[in-house]
This record gives sequence, C-alpha cells and structure tokens, in this order.
Amino acid sequence: MSTQTSAPTTGQPAGAAHNPPAVGRSVVFRIKRCQGPGQASYWQDFKVKIPQNANIISCLQQIALDPVTTDGTRTVPVVWDSGCLEEVCGSCTMLINGKVRQSCSCLLDAIAPNEGDVVTLEPMSKFPVVRDLWVDRSRLFHNLARVKAWVPIDGTYNLGSGPRETPQDQETRYVLSTCMSCGCCLEACPQFNKEEKPADWDHAFIGAHAISQARLFNTHGTGRELAPQRLEVLAGRGGVNDCGNAQNCVKVCPKKIPLTESIAAIGRAVTIHKIKQFFGA
Amino acid sequence: MPGANEKRVIVVGGGLAGLAASIRVAEAGVPVDLFSVVPVKRSHSVCAQGGINACNDVARQQGYSEYEHFDETIYGGDFQADQHPVLEMANMAPRIIDLLDRMGVPFNRTSEGYRDLRLFGGSLFKRTHFAGATTGQQLLYGLDEQTRRYESEGKVTKYEFWEFLWPVVVDGKCVGIVAQDQRTMQIRSFRADAVVMATGGNGLVFGKSTQSVICTGAAAARCYQAGAWMGNPEMIQVHPTAIPGADKTRLMSESARGEGGRVWVPRNKGDARRPKDIPEGERYYFLEERYPKYKNLVPRDIATREIFSICVNDGLGVGGQRQVYLDLTHLPASTHHKLEGILEIYKKFAGEDPQFEPMRIFPSVHYSMGGLYTSFAKGSYNPAEPRTKHLSGSGAPIGSAVGQGLLPGAPANAMTNIPGLYAFGEVNFAYHGANRLGANALLSCIFDGLFCGMSVLGHVADGKGAAGVAQGEYDRVVAQEEAKVKALTDNAGKGDSASPETNPYAIAKEMGDEMTEACTVVRSEGRLKQALATLSSLKERFKRVRLKDSAIWTNQSLLYTRAVGDMLTVAEAIAKGSLERRESRGAHYREDFKERNDDAFMKTTLAKYDPATSSTSIEFVPIDATLIKPTARTYGKSEGAVSTKAAASPHN
Ligand SMILES: Cc1cc2nc3c(=O)[nH]c(=O)nc-3n(C[C@H](O)[C@H](O)[C@H](O)COP(=O)(O)OP(=O)(O)OC[C@H]3O[C@@H](n4cnc5c(N)ncnc54)[C@H](O)[C@@H]3O)c2cc1C
Ligand code: SF4
Ligand code: SF4
Ligand code: FES
Repeated sequence: MSTQTSAPTTGQPAGAAHNPPAVGRSVVFRIKRCQGPGQASYWQDFKVKIPQNANIISCLQQIALDPVTTDGTRTVPVVWDSGCLEEVCGSCTMLINGKVRQSCSCLLDAIAPNEGDVVTLEPMSKFPVVRDLWVDRSRLFHNLARVKAWVPIDGTYNLGSGPRETPQDQETRYVLSTCMSCGCCLEACPQFNKEEKPADWDHAFIGAHAISQARLFNTHGTGRELAPQRLEVLAGRGGVNDCGNAQNCVKVCPKKIPLTESIAAIGRAVTIHKIKQFFGA
Repeated sequence: MPGANEKRVIVVGGGLAGLAASIRVAEAGVPVDLFSVVPVKRSHSVCAQGGINACNDVARQQGYSEYEHFDETIYGGDFQADQHPVLEMANMAPRIIDLLDRMGVPFNRTSEGYRDLRLFGGSLFKRTHFAGATTGQQLLYGLDEQTRRYESEGKVTKYEFWEFLWPVVVDGKCVGIVAQDQRTMQIRSFRADAVVMATGGNGLVFGKSTQSVICTGAAAARCYQAGAWMGNPEMIQVHPTAIPGADKTRLMSESARGEGGRVWVPRNKGDARRPKDIPEGERYYFLEERYPKYKNLVPRDIATREIFSICVNDGLGVGGQRQVYLDLTHLPASTHHKLEGILEIYKKFAGEDPQFEPMRIFPSVHYSMGGLYTSFAKGSYNPAEPRTKHLSGSGAPIGSAVGQGLLPGAPANAMTNIPGLYAFGEVNFAYHGANRLGANALLSCIFDGLFCGMSVLGHVADGKGAAGVAQGEYDRVVAQEEAKVKALTDNAGKGDSASPETNPYAIAKEMGDEMTEACTVVRSEGRLKQALATLSSLKERFKRVRLKDSAIWTNQSLLYTRAVGDMLTVAEAIAKGSLERRESRGAHYREDFKERNDDAFMKTTLAKYDPATSSTSIEFVPIDATLIKPTARTYGKSEGAVSTKAAASPHN
C-alpha cells in the first residue's frame, strides 16, 4: 500500500507524510532482554532490513530467523507475546520508544522512516517479566474477578432473551466492553505499582480497567444486581479512592475507552453507596 | 489433586467452543480443568467480526425459519455435511442468541431496543446478530466473564500458558492428557473422564492467513497422530476479502458487503485513474452482474473464485495486481459507524480511510471446515424420504423443538473415534461441509459447547472413565513427550544454525508458500502431487531441524519448532485429501475435475494416520443425506460467471 497519497493515521510524526519512508532501509532494534525471573536485564541491538508494511512483530520475526546482534554476536531469539496481530486481543503490549502500546499495530513507516533509525523495545514495567518482552499479567485478570465483572445469570437454561436496551445504552456499554485487557492503562498509571506477590494484589490499586468494567456491569439490567458488592470492593483499600486522577490511563488506551468518565461515575456511586450504608439503607 | 473417584473433565482451548463447554459442564457440577496456550480472553475467537446467525422474529414473519437456516447451511456447504447435526444447530440458534443476550453481550439495537440484524452471505433474509464489527470479541468476553465467575467459585481451574501435547489413551479410551507449562517448561499428565478438544483452526499451515499466530492446528495434529481420524481436511475456506500484510492477512468482514459494500474493478484493463475518477459506467461490478439475486453476497467460495479469476485469468485486477476494490464510500455515516471495528483495522494497517477511498482486497486462507472426525446420534426427525430443496421464504415444514436433529445428551455427539475424546468448534469437522456460510462458525462453536457439552456429561456419567487407570499409563506418555523435547534441544546450536535447510522458520515458510500455491483456490492433480513431494522433503529436513535456543525456561523456539513438525502432518492430510477428491465441491475446486460428482464423492473424506509409515491414508465414507435431496448449487448464476457447476435447478 505504498502508493498512497493520504497520510497513515497511526502515530505518524508530523511532516513524515512529505518524506516517504526509505524503501529497503535498515533500522536498529535496541531490545531490553532478561532470561527469566530474578535474572539481570541487559540490552542488545539488532539491525533489521525493513520489509514493506512492516510492523514491530514482523521485525521480531526477522530477528528470530537468525538472531545476531549488531556487534556480530550470535544469540538466542527474543521472546515476545502476540496473538491476533490486529490489535484486538491485547497480547502484544510493550514499551516502544518508551511509550506503552501494541506492537502489532505499530508500523515501522510511522516510527522509523529513515535509514539507521533506532527503535527501543522494553517489557511493560508494572508486571513481572517472564522472559524478554513477555510479562505475566495475571493480576490484571485477577482484578476483574475482584469486581465480579460478569452478569449473574441463572444458568444456561432456555429462559428467553435478556433485558431490552436502548441503542444509546448499547453504545455506552459496547465501548466499555471493547476493553481487551491489554494493560496500557495500568502501565501508564502512577498509582498502579508492580506487585510480585499475589497475596498483595487484593489491597493494591485495582486499576482503571477494572473500575471501568465495574461500570459496564453496573449499567446492565441484570448485572446491576451485584453493584453493591462491586462498590464495596471499590470503596475499600486499592479501590477507586486510590486513583490520583492523573488521567494518564485514558491517554494511552488504544480502544479509546472513556476511563476518566468511568472513574468519575464509579467515584460518585461509591460515595452514594457509603452514604446509604451509613444510614443503614 | 482430584480424588481418585471424583469425575473431572478436561477442556483444551478457551475460545468460544471451549468456554461454552466449560460453562455447561461446570454448571452441571462436574469440575473442569481448562487448558489454553494464551489467557482464554485472548483466544482467536476474539478476531471474529461480522456476526452470528439465527432465525429471529422479524425474519420469521417474512417467511424465514430455522428450517430455512438449516437448508441454507446444507446448500452452502454443497451437500457435504451430515444433515442431522446441522438441523439441531439451526434449531437451537435462536436460544443461543437469547442466552448470550442474557449474559450481557452488547448486541446492536434497533430504535425500539430489540436486537438489530444484518444481511450475510448465502441468505436472502436478515438473520445475522452482531455487536458492531467485533462480534467475536464481544461473544468471547461474555463467555469469558461467566467462566471467570465459575473459576472464582472453584468449579473451573484454568491452566493458561499450558500447551496440550498428547492425549492419554488407554484400552482405546481417552482418560487424560499430557501438557507443558510454556513458562517453566514442566511436562506433566492430567487425568480426566473426558477430554474436549476445542483448539480452533490451522491457518498457519498456509503461512499467512486471517487467523491468529496460535492457530497452528498442532493440537488436532497430535490427536490425529495418536489415532483420532480427520474429516474433510481438504475443505479450507479462502475468504474473498482480506488485506495482504507482511506478517499476516487481515480480514475485511463479509459484514462490509452485508451492509451494502460493493466489489468492483475498472472495466478497462490498465485503467490507472483513481477509483473516484472512474465513472459508474466504467466500473465492473462483476459479482452483481453475474449473480443478480445474491449479488455481492454469494457464498465465499464463489466470490473468491470470481475475484481470483478476474485478477489472474482476466488480468482486470486493480493496477494489474492481485487486488479488487471493496467499496463502502457510498454508504451513510451511520453504516460506517456499525462497521467501525473493521474500518479501524483498515485505516491502521493500510493507511487509508475506507469511508473515502475504496479498500483494496484479495482472497486469503481463513477457516478450516475440516477437522477431527466426530460422530452423532440422530434425533427424532426422520422423514421417509429426503425433501426437495426448501423454497426460500415458504415457512417451516417442521417445528424447531429440541431433539429432532440430534439426541440430547447422547455420548456419541461430537465424539471422535476415540471414546472420551471430543472435538468442539472449528476443530470439529461437522456442520459446514465443503463451504461455511459467514456467521455460522461462531454459532457452531457455541452450539458444540452447549449442546454437545451435555453429551460429554452423558459420557462421564456412563463410563468408568479414568478411575483405576494405572499411573504408569500417564507416565509413559510424559516420557514420550520428554524424549521429543530432548531430541529437539539436543540439536540446538549444533551445525550451521543459520542454514535455511534446517531452520524451523524457513521450513515453515516453505510449507506455507507451497500449500498456498497448490492447495487453495484452484487445485490440480499435477500441482498437488508436486506439493506432496515438497512436503515429504520438508519432513526429511525437519528430522534434522536446528533449534536456536536450548533454554530450559520459556523456550518459545522449542514450542514453535515442535508445532512446525505437527503442521507438516496436517499439511499432508490436506494435500492428500485434495488429491483424492477428484471432483469440485464448495471450496474444493479442481481444474481437472470441474464438476461435482455426487455418486463418487458426496461423502466424507476420512483421513487416517499410520504411525508405522508416518503417513496419511484417505478413504471416503457415506454421509447422512436423509433430510434434503442434493440439487445443483448455482446461486442463480447468470451467463459469464465462472462455470463450476451443473445447470441451475428451478429453485435457485
Ligand atoms: C478474522 C476472522 C473473523 C471471523 N469472523 C467470523 C464471524 O463474523 N462470524 C463467524 O461465525 N465466524 C467468524 N470467524 C470464524 C470464527 O472466529 C472461528 O471459527 C472461531 O472463533 C473458532 O473458535 P474456537 O473456539 O473453535 O477456537 P479458537 O477461538 O481459535 O480457540 C482455540 C483455543 O485453543 C487453545 N489452544 C490451541 N492449541 C492449544 C494447545 N496445543 N494446547 C492448549 N490450548 C490450545 C487456544 O489457546 C485457544 O484458547 C472469523 C475468523 C477470523 C479469522
Ligand atoms: S486517572 Fe487514576 S487510574 Fe487513571 S492514570 Fe490516573 S491515577 Fe491511574
Ligand atoms: S481500558 Fe484500555 S488500556 Fe486499559 S486494559 Fe482496557 S483496552 Fe487496555
Ligand atoms: S497481537 Fe493481538 S493486540 Fe497485538
């Protein structure tokens, strides 16, 4: 698709549309590596000849073919996590030039248009590294269970359809429901810190993604049945009050989920919940 | 650890099929161990875009019925599918939508708050339910949430990042599995009274496809090598509309055409004008002209062959290349909004906005109709004679009560030839015959999980299961798998590891290129034989494969390389099936046998693996065609269309 005249829409640096990316260029990938938990991290550089329409993943695939660093050392292939390769599964999140995002949708023409450009890749810093760029995001899923992010249906029996819903309500829920558990919002959040021990997860900050999922299920006709239980968790330690309102989360969310709106909505709901409790309602 | 007499079920795979199965089995009080190579929420089902089919009240009042959905699916599959399972699936479909709705799936709504519907290929009625253009994601999340709920209640235990390696088969029955933790690399066995394989498709065998990087088909290939049969392996769906890319092809869902998208090329060869500057009269809307009734919504195999032929035979591809326009620019903003999920993908990866520029697309490998061969127990509807093809819009000849197609809870449903080993979802060969209709896959996955999940329970209740099986039986399989790993890691770094000859990535790439060339849109005896020769030389090279990494922690190189070996086995089954099926049917088009031949081949291709020779043998077994009589499948084609079939029958 290199014959296009219109500018690509993702992450294109200003002015780059006038300088078409150099065909056949080589780019240096500076990758932060780590051979396993408890082991020291180190950096390695790899030079990659950029194929047409390349994204970060296709460059990592090139490196895997024959992993030799720029100083000629033969090494082991880089380990990374990926799935859909179309920014819908959330697997491939990493820090690219210091910014958290999906590596599958990060196109080289946009971030490294010139011969010799350097691209740094690091694992997310808020989760334990498994190996190289692969991190363990179990805590992110665990936090979904903390807020009971589900509709408590009466089982899979044939009981007719669910509640009717206006198109406006569907739109609101749909957007919230596109959260792919990628963790960008957590990586960017100053309140969300690395917790290695699962025992600490239940009182550490729960994260914008889980707060937003609580809102999603509190808005559903049947899902709101569990709202008091969700709010109880979110009123407690590690809940919505731990959010410092830095708003970093919403800026990095690839699905443009209105996280600060969710945080505000849940903040209000928690206040009302507390007042009700105080009056014994 | 489970008590020796406690019944347990293993589900391998956490896509729609695996999660639906887990929910059904756990709900019945039988604990589930759920295995997946990725966190289940990241399973490939998340990619599905367009929607899920089911008869609904609006269509019903226009004369549509569950029965017509059944008939469309059989006709769409070119009379290759066993008919009773398809009937049960179509009948249950509306109940499945209701359940998903109750789970909170945000289906698009009409202004009155009912579920909205869109048109999809192979039907003249709106019967596709959808959530924007990310329906698979929304359905997967709905089931993921229910699974998490059962997990938090201790009814489901997840083993994420665990890879299934081999089924444990004792006295011909499956009583567990051996799996490996992809992080620690630990290999161990797990007992179970039944094992459900819900491991999805095998797109990676073709190198680039619309599927996720985890869709290697290796899990099914391992069951195959352990004695499970495959059905119709040659039936591979090539989707007409995908964007080519460096690492994969990305789908532009059929919903783009369902919502009014039009496929065209410039009428004049070599017309280099921008698409917007080409006047209407000089655009060739070839699908609309050739199929006046179904237009852009002919089934996928047909659309794919037409696009292929326009580019390759007629040289009319845009810019002389293998690409045609998929044009949405004439559609209103509200329609673009409904398709936002896919339009975003196009914008991101192709760098153009499809609201203003027609997309450039080409067919790509997408789905596997074939898979592990499974059985079924017929339900109560058994007419004395098969009916003639259903007249569209003429109402239902029978009701849609449960149990007419299949016998609920019968252990045989969706069971492979190895008792206790089941296959659900894309890895199950049933339902789609020689071509799958769009938006029927999600349905078949969930149907398997919910309906055939009851059959798993039936088997568990019936049988002796894993109780009393000696631990040594499990240890033997663990040892077998450890030996395979050792053989691979012993080779790591030995010899010239840079040589493509023994490089696993190079072997996989050559396999993918060869399979795409020989085994997709157009097939022929000569080319298939050449492919089989290539595959056997790749198998030889694989014996000397050199790993790049000998680590004992998170060795992805090992995981990948092992899967390449298994993919070579699947590839051979696909190629052999394609060679032996000397006719054209659905997605399988032979330029040397252009006609469908019901007498010889209206049968299931059964592939069996012989461990002694490491090779596939093919036989053809009869199908159940007791409900609908086969007719020519033409979709009302007019003159000038690619001729693949006999003359049109009056109903088409
Ligand atoms: C881009 C795209 C769009 C689509 N759109 C539609 C649509 O609109 N409508 C429709 O009906 N169909 C659609 N399909 C088809 C449909 O998405 C798939 O057929 C369906 O999702 C398959 O689901 P599944 O549950 O069988 O398997 P998958 O979702 O593929 O899940 C497989 C599971 O098995 C696990 N697994 C695999 N191997 C192993 C192993 N060795 N050990 C342990 N676990 C393993 C994986 O981790 C995963 O959890 C689409 C397909 C694609 C590619
Ligand atoms: S608004 Fe709250 S959740 Fe978002 S980044 Fe800031 S502190 Fe974190
Ligand atoms: S809210 Fe956005 S950034 Fe956070 S996990 Fe979900 S998709 Fe990712
Ligand atoms: S691989 Fe799925 S989001 Fe990038």
